[in-house]
Amino acid sequence: MIELLLLVLLPLIGSLVPVLTARWTRSYSALATAVLPAVALTLVLHLAPVVFSGETLLYKLPWVEALGLSLSFRLDGLSLLFVFLILGIGLLVILYARYYLAAKDSMARFYGFLMLFMTAMLGVVLSNNLLQLWLFWELTSISSFLLISFWWHRADARLGARMALTITGFGGLALLAGILLIGRVLGSFELDVLLSQAEVLQQHSLYPLILILVLLGAFTKSAQFPFHFWLPNAMSAPTPVSAYLHSATMVKAGIFLLARMYPLLAGSDLWFLLVTITGMTTLLVGAYLALFQHDLKGLLAYSTISHLGLITLLLGLDTDLATVAAIFHIINHAIFKASLFMAAGIIDHESGSRDMRKLNGLWQFMPVTATLAMVASASMAGVPLLNGFLSKEMFFAETLHQDVLGALSWLIPVLATVAATLSVAYSARFIHDVFFNGQPKGLPRTPHEPPRYMRVPVEILVALCILVGLAPQYIVGDLLAIASGAALGGPLPEYSLSIWHGVNLPLMMSVMALTLGILLYLNRKHLFRFQAELPELNPLQLFEQKIKTLLNSAQHWHLRFESSELQRYLLWMFLIVVVLLIWPLQQMSQFTQHNAMLPVDALMLAAMVVAIIAAFATVLCQRQRLLALVMISVVGLVVTLIFVRFSAPDLALTQLSVEVVTIVLLMLALFFLPHKINRASNAGRLIRDGAIASVCGVVIGSLSYAMMLEPQQRISDFFLANAKTGGGGYNVVNVILVDFRGFDTLGEITVLGIAALGIFKLLTRLPLFKPSSDAEGRQWALDKHPMLLAVVSQALLPLALLVSVYIFFRGHNLPGGGFVAGLITAIAIILQYVAQGVDWVKQRLTLEYHRLVAAGVLISALTGAASWLFERPFLTSWFDYFQLPLLGEIELASAIAFDLGVYLTVVGSTLMILANLGKMTTDHRPVHEGKN
Amino acid sequence: MELLVAIIIGVLTCSAVFLILRARTFAVMLGLTMLSYAVNLFIFASGGLKMGAGAVLKATEDYADPLPQALVLTAIVIGFAMTAFLVVLSIRARADLGNDHVDGKLPVAKNTRQGASS
Repeated sequence: MIELLLLVLLPLIGSLVPVLTARWTRSYSALATAVLPAVALTLVLHLAPVVFSGETLLYKLPWVEALGLSLSFRLDGLSLLFVFLILGIGLLVILYARYYLAAKDSMARFYGFLMLFMTAMLGVVLSNNLLQLWLFWELTSISSFLLISFWWHRADARLGARMALTITGFGGLALLAGILLIGRVLGSFELDVLLSQAEVLQQHSLYPLILILVLLGAFTKSAQFPFHFWLPNAMSAPTPVSAYLHSATMVKAGIFLLARMYPLLAGSDLWFLLVTITGMTTLLVGAYLALFQHDLKGLLAYSTISHLGLITLLLGLDTDLATVAAIFHIINHAIFKASLFMAAGIIDHESGSRDMRKLNGLWQFMPVTATLAMVASASMAGVPLLNGFLSKEMFFAETLHQDVLGALSWLIPVLATVAATLSVAYSARFIHDVFFNGQPKGLPRTPHEPPRYMRVPVEILVALCILVGLAPQYIVGDLLAIASGAALGGPLPEYSLSIWHGVNLPLMMSVMALTLGILLYLNRKHLFRFQAELPELNPLQLFEQKIKTLLNSAQHWHLRFESSELQRYLLWMFLIVVVLLIWPLQQMSQFTQHNAMLPVDALMLAAMVVAIIAAFATVLCQRQRLLALVMISVVGLVVTLIFVRFSAPDLALTQLSVEVVTIVLLMLALFFLPHKINRASNAGRLIRDGAIASVCGVVIGSLSYAMMLEPQQRISDFFLANAKTGGGGYNVVNVILVDFRGFDTLGEITVLGIAALGIFKLLTRLPLFKPSSDAEGRQWALDKHPMLLAVVSQALLPLALLVSVYIFFRGHNLPGGGFVAGLITAIAIILQYVAQGVDWVKQRLTLEYHRLVAAGVLISALTGAASWLFERPFLTSWFDYFQLPLLGEIELASAIAFDLGVYLTVVGSTLMILANLGKMTTDHRPVHEGKN
Repeated sequence: MELLVAIIIGVLTCSAVFLILRARTFAVMLGLTMLSYAVNLFIFASGGLKMGAGAVLKATEDYADPLPQALVLTAIVIGFAMTAFLVVLSIRARADLGNDHVDGKLPVAKNTRQGASS
C-alpha cells in the first residue's frame, strides 16, 4: 500500500509549491497550493471503501530493524477520520487564508509552513511505528511554532510561540521516554504488534511510569490542565492557524494519541483516575475562564480547552460507549470550532478589533456572517438540532452510570451540568455581545461583510453542523463506527444516533444547562465583579519569569565550573580520574601474585633510580627550563633502556629517535619562550597540586602493578601464529603495523601529516619576536655553525641514510620498519640544518616536505586500494618469493609499499615541523655583525 | 622487577600531573612529554614483562607480546606529533598574546606580586 506513503509525501512536496509559485498572483498561488492536498484527499477517498469494510491498511519499509526503526504506516478507522479532518479543514483553511492574509504578509512562507504542518499531522495519524509517530509529533510542535510566530515582529507572537514550543516540547520528551519504555517492555514499536498486548504491559511494573509519561505527552499537546495556559497565548497566531491547529488538528493530536493507545493503555484504575480527573478539571477550568475573556479568540481558546477536557474525560470513563461519544465529539468540535474561529477572523478582519467590549451590534453590518456564527455558537452550547447537542447528550448519558470515583461518582453528572451551563453562558456572550447589545464603540473601521469566498469555508462547516445535527447516522454514522472500532480495538457497543431519545435524564440535564446558562449570562455583572476582585494572573509573564530564573541559575552554576582556567579544568579531570580508579582498586583486596616476578638486576635498578631522580629533578627545576630539558631527556633515555631490556627492540629504536627529535623541538621552543620564570604559584597551590599528583602517581602505579600480576589473557597468539603465513614477515610488530592493523596505521600517518600541516599554518606570519640574548643577558654565540659539527655531520649523512635504508628493508623480518627508518632519515637531515644552517641546506636539498607527506599518505592509501583491483577488501596484503640469480631467494610484499608510505610521511612531517620552526629562529637571530 | 616498573610508572605519572597543573606552557609541555612516557610504559607493561624473549619469529619459543608493542610504537610517533603541535601552538600564543600563561593572560595582580617577591 504505497499510497499511504504518498499521503504523507504529497503535502511534504506541497510545502515547496507556495515557495515556487510565490511570484504568481495570490489566488493562483493559493490554488496551486491546494492541488496536492486535494490529490491526497482524492487518494484517501479512493482508499476509504476498503477501510470501511473493516480492514486496516499497512505499509512498511524496513530500515534498522534491530533498533525497531522502520517507515511504517497504517490506515484504520481512527486514522481515516483524522485524515479527513486534516485534509478537509486544511483545504478550507487554505481558501480562507488567501483572503485573510494582508498584502504585506508572505503567502509563500505561510502556506509553506502550513503544508509542513499538514505533513506532520498526517504523519502522526498514519504512523504504525511509535518512534516514527513521535518524530512527526515533534514536527507538529516545530511547524506550529513557526506558524504561531508567523508575525515574528510582534513580541506576543514570539513569546506565545516559544511558550507553546516549550510546553509541547517538554511533553514530547516525556512521550519519547514512554515510547522507549513500551518498546523495552514489549520488544516492538509497531502498533499492529503492540495493540494486542495490553495485558502484558499493564501487569508490568513499569506500566504506571509508562502511562504517566505518555499521558504527559498527550496532555501537554491537548492543553489539558495544568498545561492549558499555552493555548490562549498561542492565539497571537494568524486566525487561519488557530482555526486549523487550535481547533481541529494539533490540539487533537493529544486526544488522538489517547484514542490510539486506548486499547494498549486504558482499562486500568490508574488510567481512569488520571484521565477522568484531568479531563474534568480541564472541562471546568476552561469553561469558567472562557466566560471572562474579552478577546474573541481568547474566549474560543478557553472554550477549546474546555471541550478538549470533555473529550479527555469521555476517554477516561469506564464504558465503551463513552469512547464512541468521545470520537463523535472530536468530529463535532472540529467542525463548529473551526467555523467559529474563521468567523472570529472575519470579524477581526472586517472591523479591526477582537475586543468584545468594543464589538457590539454587528448584526446590522454583517448579517450573513452573524447568522453563521450564531448557528456555530449554538452548536457549541449544545442547542438541539445541531451536532454539538448530540455528542453532549451522549456525554450526559455516560456520566450518569459511572463508578470511577466510587461513592463520589454522583459528582460527575453534576459537574458535567455545571460545565455545560458555563458553556451555554459563554456561547450566549459570544452571540449577544458581538452581534447585538447596542452599537459598536470606537472600532477602527466600519464593519462590513467579507469577500464572498472568505465566507465559503464557514458556510460549508456550518452546513455540516446542521446536517450532522439533523441526520447524524446518515452523514457520519459509518465513519464514527469504524473510528470508534479502531479506538476501542474491539467490538462496538450498541448505540443509536438519533435526535430524539424521549424525555430522559440527559435531556433534563441539557434543558437545565440551557436555562441556567442563559440566566448566568443575564446576571454576568455580579460574576464579573467577583472575578475582578481576584488577583490577576498572567501566565505569560509568570512563565517568562520562571524561564528567566532558570536561565540565571543555570548561568550561575555554569560560571562556577566554566571559569576559563585551564588549570582548574585539568584539576577536575585528574580528580575525577583518580576517584573513578580508586573504587575498582579498592575492590581488589590485595595484590595476588599469579605470575612469577622477574628478578631485579643491578643495572636496571641503577637506571631506574636515575630515572626517578631525573623525573623529580625535572619538576624541581622546571623554572630553569634548559636544565629541566636535560633532565627530561634522561628520563626518555631510561625509558628506551626499559624497552631494550624487556625484549622490545622496535620500541627502543623508535623511542630513541623520537627522543632526539623531541629534544631538538623543545630546544627550539625554548628560543621563543621565556628561559626562566619566577614562581607563579603560592605555597597552598603547590601543596594541593603536589597532593593530587602524588595520589595520581600512587593510583596509576598500583594499577600497573596489579595489571602486571594478573594472569595474561592474550589475543597476541593469533598474531604470532599468522604473521608469517598471513603477512609474510617474521617481525610480528611490523606485520601488525603494516598488515593486521594497517588501517589504523594509515589513520595514524594521516594524523601525523595533519599535525605537520597545522604547525606549518601556525608558523606562517608569526609576529616577529627577537630575543637577542638568554635570561642572564648573554648574547647568542657568534659562531653559528661550529666547524667540527659541520664536518662530522656531513660525513655522517650518507652513513645515516644507508642505515635508514637498511632498517627500512629489514623491517618486515627484523626490528626496524618505516617508522624508525623515517625518523633516522629525518634526524640525519636535521643534523645538517643544525650544523650548517637553513640556507645552506635549502640550496642543496630542494625537497618540499608537504609534498613528501602527501606522497606518503597517498602511497599507503593506494597500496590499500590496489587490493580492490583483485577484488579483495581494502588493505589486503600480498607477498611472494622469487629466485634471483646471485641474490638468491627474495621476498616481495605489498606491505613494503605500504611501509614506504609510512616512511615518507614520517620523514616529511618531522622535517616540516622542525625545519619550519628552525627557520624562524634563523630569521630572527641577529646576524653575525649585528649589535643588539 | 614488575614492582620497579610499576614504581617508575607511578613516579612519572606523579611528576607529569604536577607539571601539567602548572600555569606556564613550557611546564605543561614537559608534563605531557612525561605523561606520554608513563602511558607508553603502561601500555607496554600490559603485555607482561619478558626478558630475553624473542622479538621476531623463529628465534625462540618464548615471544614478547607484540600487540602492545605495535600500539606503543605508533603512540610514540603520534605523541611526538601532538607535542610538536602543542609546542608550536604555545609559541604562537606567546607571540600573539604576549605571555606564556596557559590561559593566554596573566592572572590578576595578587599572584603576580607573590611571584615577584618569591
